[in-house]
Amino acid sequence: MKIHNINKHLLVAFTLFATFTSCKPKNSSDTISSDAASKVYVAPGHYDEFYNFVSGGFSGQLSTYGLPSGRLLKVIPVFSVDPEKGYGYSEETKPMLNTSHGFIPWDDLHHVQLSKTNGDYDGKWVFGNANNTPRVARIDLKTFRTAEIIELPNSAGNHSSPFITENTEYVVAGTRFSVPPDNTIGDIPINTYKKNFKGTLSFISVKKDDGDMKIAFQIQCPGFNFDLSRAGKGVSHGWFFFSCYNTEQANTLLEVNASQKDKDFILAVNWKKAEEYLKAGKGKKQSVRYAHNKYSEKTHTATSEMMNEVIVLDSKELKDLCYFIPCPKSPHGCDVSPTGEYIVGSGKLAAVIPVFGYEKMLKAIQAKDYIGEFEGIPVLKYESVLYGEVKKPGLGPLHTEFDNKGNAYTSFFVSSEVVKWNIKDLKVLDRAPTYYSVGHLCVAGGDSKNPNGKYLVAYNKITKDRYLPTGPELSQSAQLYDISGDKMKLILDFPTIGEPHYAQIAPADLIKNNSTKFFKIDENTNKYVSKGESNTKVVRNGKEVHVYMTAIRSHFSPDNIEGIKMGDDVYFHVTNLEQDWDVPHGFGIKGAANAELLIMPGETQTLKWTPDRVGIVPIYCTDFCSALHQEMQGYVRVSPAGSNVPLTFSLGTNIPKPDAEK
Amino acid sequence: MAIYDWTHKIKNVAMLILCNHLFIKQFGMKKTFFTLFTLIILYACGNQNSHSSTTPDNNTSTTAENPSYDPQRGEGKFSNIQVPATIDEKLVAEGNKVFTVKCSACHKLTEEKLVGPGWKGVTGRHKAEWIMNFVTNTDAMINKDPKVQAQLEICLVRMPNQNISDDEAKNVYEFMRKNDSKK
Repeated sequence: MKIHNINKHLLVAFTLFATFTSCKPKNSSDTISSDAASKVYVAPGHYDEFYNFVSGGFSGQLSTYGLPSGRLLKVIPVFSVDPEKGYGYSEETKPMLNTSHGFIPWDDLHHVQLSKTNGDYDGKWVFGNANNTPRVARIDLKTFRTAEIIELPNSAGNHSSPFITENTEYVVAGTRFSVPPDNTIGDIPINTYKKNFKGTLSFISVKKDDGDMKIAFQIQCPGFNFDLSRAGKGVSHGWFFFSCYNTEQANTLLEVNASQKDKDFILAVNWKKAEEYLKAGKGKKQSVRYAHNKYSEKTHTATSEMMNEVIVLDSKELKDLCYFIPCPKSPHGCDVSPTGEYIVGSGKLAAVIPVFGYEKMLKAIQAKDYIGEFEGIPVLKYESVLYGEVKKPGLGPLHTEFDNKGNAYTSFFVSSEVVKWNIKDLKVLDRAPTYYSVGHLCVAGGDSKNPNGKYLVAYNKITKDRYLPTGPELSQSAQLYDISGDKMKLILDFPTIGEPHYAQIAPADLIKNNSTKFFKIDENTNKYVSKGESNTKVVRNGKEVHVYMTAIRSHFSPDNIEGIKMGDDVYFHVTNLEQDWDVPHGFGIKGAANAELLIMPGETQTLKWTPDRVGIVPIYCTDFCSALHQEMQGYVRVSPAGSNVPLTFSLGTNIPKPDAEK
Repeated sequence: MAIYDWTHKIKNVAMLILCNHLFIKQFGMKKTFFTLFTLIILYACGNQNSHSSTTPDNNTSTTAENPSYDPQRGEGKFSNIQVPATIDEKLVAEGNKVFTVKCSACHKLTEEKLVGPGWKGVTGRHKAEWIMNFVTNTDAMINKDPKVQAQLEICLVRMPNQNISDDEAKNVYEFMRKNDSKK
């Protein structure tokens, strides 16, 4: 009886075990290690070890996270207006979003690149690209604000951008949607694509000290889709590699028509050679229009300059400048190993990952080992350039980054996983599922000469059940993996803004100590600055009224203004007199068809307001500043157009005097 | 608005070392290991505390708890300031500029309180070093100084740290002296 009982218990236990194992939900719960929580826990008041700069995709912005906690630190407005910060709404920031098409309030920020010195991140700037209306932005990592935006002529769908050379000599921008060049007549049948459409690669030089960007030259290439790119580094410094698809040159139903060929290309560009041609005057000046916008932290004002010329090098005419490397099935990622010896192509529809050897490419070029040419550009023999193929890696390889132990990590969209493989022997070492459908991935320092190799983040395209449901739209999910051991370990999920494409992970120490805490008021040269309350005033200039206003804890000066009339345009130039870290003041005015201002300490920002009705209109500070923040308010009186109410302003004392005192 | 009170930590450690020394004297070497051990633990704890105090703590430590604090001098770089008999008009002019940009939004030159107290008579109420320390080491003194804390209860707005340089502090003080010399 006893024995029988024990057997029964065993049976129950076994059944239970079998049930549990077989019913294990197909999600990540089984892949999370028990120490995951302690690995991502950053105690309150403590700093993260890394900054993670993540593209905001169709939000047009750049977000900054701390790793390993996944805490959102800041959203930096870049290509889209941000009413929270007054970006694109204040008079000072509006010129940042100016283009040859005029003011544009939105774009699609795809990729993120940190500036580099000797192939490693130097913590000075981070660059982002606008995919829709082609532009490149430089964000200053002292202020975490957009410092410069340059538009790209002859371009559409600026996708293979803003990839960077190892000393930030150039930021590149390759056009994804080939178009007729700007100086030709664009009013032509679309089906003349093969004849009239061109792909343009822009090389933007970056000044060492202040980061000033300039389009040094463009290279005109055949009309393909230039998808992604990476600079050579180390041994391959001086070259740039661009993946191209739609070498079929289709202009409709690309889903089918651009997936015909067995192999598309990786374009290898010898940019040192391009410099020689440029010096030798082989470039052609072309008349174009593009905006170049810069923000000054002294005037606290952006300026937009319309440029009208670029120098174009022709890939067809200039020999030894460009070479095509055949690459299977619509290559997407085109990534260069830390030593610069290997170029990894990722055919979106391919069953292998081809790894090309830089030295092999040079030999093939020297031996003229061509299989033909395409619009004057030699096409190298695949086998001659190939170092080897990673066999059966997964389905839909997209992007590859690297660690410090000679391994590569490739994202697979279709099979929804990250695959670790060895660069030398091309053997697959580990696989980790992602939830779900990973697009880009990022390893700490993973595109630099010296990757850190501690963390990997997968940026997933589909979220589904990962977070609490929030209606039809879910924020996209990022997943943090510990890659310090042999096996990748999923340790954290965190939501992101927009759609994160590329990202970069940099050590916090590289950046945090250079962070600006406030702007020195003595150095503020804004045209409308009020250095002290005694300099505040209200000035009428025809129908324009300029309010020179200050903000300090916790009042505006002036805070009573009368004599504004219907038909006036009122400019509030608000100077924040604070000189301490983390004390911005906000400025809101009722009925403004605009946004708020968020004014950093020592800064001046301007909000334009056009009154739409007669009456009393309150103003107030929007950013909680002190115990008496709720008292930080004022009134503006709006009178009818022909009124004779005099223009007056005051703080503390009623001007005009109350009737009783008259 | 992070304040890392390193000075506080250093002081704690110094006191512990002192204690340890006395302990050894009294109880001999046998206890040394135990004391050192305690010291390490206490140091580690102290270390943690100072790291985590990332917000200005409203620690109203009075002078009784903090005997090293000199309420006449305040806390900061300045001590034993010899105030000359004559007023340096050049410094006054510079001080006026600082007042206009960084101080005048909250302080009047009369006795009238605006956001903060009026400046008339301030050089009589406080020693020169106290004033210069307060304007250059504002947050630390708000957290410690009994007179500042009493004022905070009246004004309710923490005096902003306006990042006044040492020279600016001297100039502002001279400007205050000039203001107080006027009848």
